Amino acid sequence: MTISKYITFDKVKRWSWSFVRFILMAGLSFVILYPILQKISTAIKHQSDLYSPIVIWIPENFTLENFKSAMSIMNYWDTLFNTTVLATVTTILTTASCALAGYAFARLKFKGSKILFAGVILTILVPPTTILIPMYMNLRDFSLGGIIPLLTGDTVNLLDSYWPFILTSITANSLKAGLYIFIFNQFFRGIPKAIEEAAYIDGASIGKTFFRIMLPNAKPAIVTVMLFSFVWQWNDSFYTTTYLTSADVMSTQLSSLPHNLAIYLEGSTSSVDPFYLSMVQDTGILLAMLPLILLYLLVQRHFVESVNRTGIVG
Amino acid sequence: MKVMGKLTKSLRSYEGQKALWGFLFVSPWLLGFLLFFLAPLITSFRYSFSKVEASSSGIQTTFVGLSNYVEALLVNPNFNRQLLESIMDIVIDVPLILIFSLFVAVILNQQFLGRSLARSIFFLPVILASGVIISLEAESLVQAINQQQATGGESGGLRAFELERIMLGAGVYPIIVEYLTGSVARIYEIVSLSGVQILIFLAGIQTISYSVYEAAKMEGATGYEAFWKITLPMVSPLILVNLVYTIIDSFARSPVTDLILETGFDAFNFGLSSAMAWIYIISIMLILGVSSYIISKKVFYQE
Repeated sequence: MTISKYITFDKVKRWSWSFVRFILMAGLSFVILYPILQKISTAIKHQSDLYSPIVIWIPENFTLENFKSAMSIMNYWDTLFNTTVLATVTTILTTASCALAGYAFARLKFKGSKILFAGVILTILVPPTTILIPMYMNLRDFSLGGIIPLLTGDTVNLLDSYWPFILTSITANSLKAGLYIFIFNQFFRGIPKAIEEAAYIDGASIGKTFFRIMLPNAKPAIVTVMLFSFVWQWNDSFYTTTYLTSADVMSTQLSSLPHNLAIYLEGSTSSVDPFYLSMVQDTGILLAMLPLILLYLLVQRHFVESVNRTGIVG
Repeated sequence: MKVMGKLTKSLRSYEGQKALWGFLFVSPWLLGFLLFFLAPLITSFRYSFSKVEASSSGIQTTFVGLSNYVEALLVNPNFNRQLLESIMDIVIDVPLILIFSLFVAVILNQQFLGRSLARSIFFLPVILASGVIISLEAESLVQAINQQQATGGESGGLRAFELERIMLGAGVYPIIVEYLTGSVARIYEIVSLSGVQILIFLAGIQTISYSVYEAAKMEGATGYEAFWKITLPMVSPLILVNLVYTIIDSFARSPVTDLILETGFDAFNFGLSSAMAWIYIISIMLILGVSSYIISKKVFYQE
């Protein structure tokens, strides 16, 4: 009789939900982690372990050789620096320009803004491959709509520089920028209108309302967009191989890693063991992912913190 | 003079101010849109009606009318079949991914032991399923061998046989049973496609003020009711975002995209490639139009 006092229906319900939730999260986490664990196990194996029938997870001959060769061939530290600079610059510029556009489309309606927003959706829809060739030609003879030739007499070649990335991110037209504008737009539409109107009545201008009141409220959106923008720029091989052919960035180094390794080992691609190449490639993927994971662990705090401070702040 | 006066007067009003700032905020995007998007897009549209030849002196185009479109739809053996298959895949996958990611996001927002660890783990698919990594993953030899060893050479070792039997026995339609068990078997695929959506939903749930839930609790709402009456309407704008993203993303992964790239860059048939791309864009537009029309009726905005 005394026990039933403590075990109420509510408590049982809560415990069983916790239990189910734990099992579910553990299972899904395992599903996600499995390929990464496999990569780690491959990366620390010696080449001879690949053919050993007794080695599945734990290597017989533990070695860091794969890391060493992947790092030297990828020119890792230089590549890391270049990629970090490129991704940071584009992330900051893209987030800023997309936040402005997203807010304007959500709240600062003007004549024709609906049509322009349809243009944003169009930029999400059109796959980048469609406009690749015309874009390439455009950047090779860049004229800024005919203005530059008027001043200097000739067009500028922007290829193989950071300019295409900077220009497209300032103007919110970089990789997947349409999606970011859409995310911001939907977030701002979810913030009560009364907050803005109150600020306006208190004498804040529209610009001030945006920077002081709406932006702090949209912190989760900002963190999300910055995260996506950084990760996608980091891993993007499509634009980087087109615009930036000579500088070493992570994605191009990663995709040419097996080829470069084969040349380094044998002088040709034909005679090298393909499994060994694949093994070093896997190590390279781990090396490319590592900075992103570290970054997320740093940023995640802001994700959690924002729970308590959102709502109405200002 | 009178027009100018009217204009300055309207600019001084709240609405006028809003329109002015709105245009100011949009202008960087507009500039980029015209220069880096619309201009290349129109060129690509022109290519789709032309025969494009690249030579040392540049690109020559000759107008050929609709023949590229005819070739894409009627002559090319793969294009229309792959397009249809991709559309079917999207219809199957999108609801599954949306429901799954909302569910996970709600759980990740609750307090439990190891939450930050779980959040970090659920971020990994965003990295794994993007850009160069996913394409390298697909051709990894070591990975393929490992998979073989793990499942004993039999693909799809993870199947819900027991569940299938029970549900069929209970008289559930075979199609629905197949759909559900099929999604269990593809759980890795679904998890890895949901990373972005989970994060967007999570951010959305976090903008909901805690006081709303508190008030609901005071009034005696259960957690179940709070989800349907508070969480779901509040994140509904983001359901639209995720719908759009999921559709675009699954299209971008489909074999159609590879076919377009191959036609353009391996076979150097830019005209046909552009025509294919345009058919593809129009079909995405149709799907998006229909599905977002249905969803946007239910979306709740703070307006």
